[in-house]
Amino acid sequence: MDDTDTSAPKAGSTGVPPIAEADLHAYADGQLAAPRRDEVERYLATHAEERRRVDDWRRQNEALHALLDPVLGEPLPLRLPLKAETAAWRWRALAAGVVLCIASAGVAWIARGAVDAEALRVAQSAPPAAASGELAGFARRAAIAHVVYSPEVRRPVEVGADQEQALVTWLTRRLGGPVKAPALGALGYELIGGRLLPGESGPVAQFMYGATDRPRLTLYVTTEAPGQEVAFRFGRQGKVNVFYWVEGRFGYALSAETGKDELARVAEEVFRQLKPGGG
Amino acid sequence: MRAQDEAAIVACIPSLRRYARGLTADVDRADDLVQDTLERVWRRFSMWQQRGEVRAWMFGIMHNQFVDRLRAQQSRPERAAGDDLPEAAERPTQADRLEVRDLDSVLQRLAPEQREVLLLVAVEGLSYREVALALGTPLGTVMSRLSRARARLRAELQGDDTADAAAAKLQRVK
Repeated sequence: MDDTDTSAPKAGSTGVPPIAEADLHAYADGQLAAPRRDEVERYLATHAEERRRVDDWRRQNEALHALLDPVLGEPLPLRLPLKAETAAWRWRALAAGVVLCIASAGVAWIARGAVDAEALRVAQSAPPAAASGELAGFARRAAIAHVVYSPEVRRPVEVGADQEQALVTWLTRRLGGPVKAPALGALGYELIGGRLLPGESGPVAQFMYGATDRPRLTLYVTTEAPGQEVAFRFGRQGKVNVFYWVEGRFGYALSAETGKDELARVAEEVFRQLKPGGG
Repeated sequence: MRAQDEAAIVACIPSLRRYARGLTADVDRADDLVQDTLERVWRRFSMWQQRGEVRAWMFGIMHNQFVDRLRAQQSRPERAAGDDLPEAAERPTQADRLEVRDLDSVLQRLAPEQREVLLLVAVEGLSYREVALALGTPLGTVMSRLSRARARLRAELQGDDTADAAAAKLQRVK
């Protein structure tokens, strides 16, 4: 039954090869090259019924996209294998992950009109002199990532806090060193979850925390910090306040649109928990 | 495996997930399908040998997985997916626009081989030839499946002027 031929519309009377139903599908799907496409166009101009079919098919295509395209922006489930299992840990596997993250960050960025303006403003503000108190390097990237992701209501994180162990294991594996999500419940902040983002030359992790009465916090963890230890600095990028420091091989940046004093209180606790032997 | 090949495969995963979601509608089942597909993709990558688009090759592997599952389901019959759907969603009135929820239910009631072709063409944007290669079927079969899938969607969602829809309306009037 499946393979029987379908009824084809009749040919025009000119020397044009008859327009078959396959031509109409190819026309609707944008798969026809110019000369044939124009022939089909002319045919449709005088065949209203076929025109309606083609228009309906195109509407179907659009509706199917509307139904299924949201899947593209979803975070990938942890269980999907992202590289060959037998392969040992290699840097280039990270590169693959970063490509993916760039793609998903790109989708998220495009999908969010309202945030764009602020994110772009923050991103485009010139890298400032250190003296101005504005940010450079990883702290600046942290502030941008905060602006991009913290307003996300539906999917602020790739992995939820209910999978905290999986999250930490995953981020540790992807970052190539032990990553820990500090517990901030005593300060009124609960872990929402985390995501992996593209940094300058490798992946970075972002943990997100929420409180009932205050704006969200993000903690940005990177292995791209400069080699030397940097104790606790403060900076500001647009409306985002950032405390940042370097401890061992990790650089940390804590960002929020909250007051400096409030943020300092949280940053000290994060600092205490993340330093070697802390927590 | 070269890093850029690996990256190319990973970059296809969102599109594989979209296709799988269209095939099965159920999130977990769809990701099972993606997971099994990816495991085979990583194992068999050396067999691809850069012939054609890597995405079409991966869709072909997913097709085999999907067919295996359908066979397994047939030997262990379950209720058809359509039986779970609310009655209201199945019979849109003539005035209804093409609604997303209705579309999903009609999509799931298409014959699986028609659903595959429709999704690969309409959503994934594969050429008819690529679809034929991925599914291992002749081009003519691809076209007839596409034609049937579109006619069915049209009859059920956009509702007039086909014999099926007219018959359905007559029955409802009685």
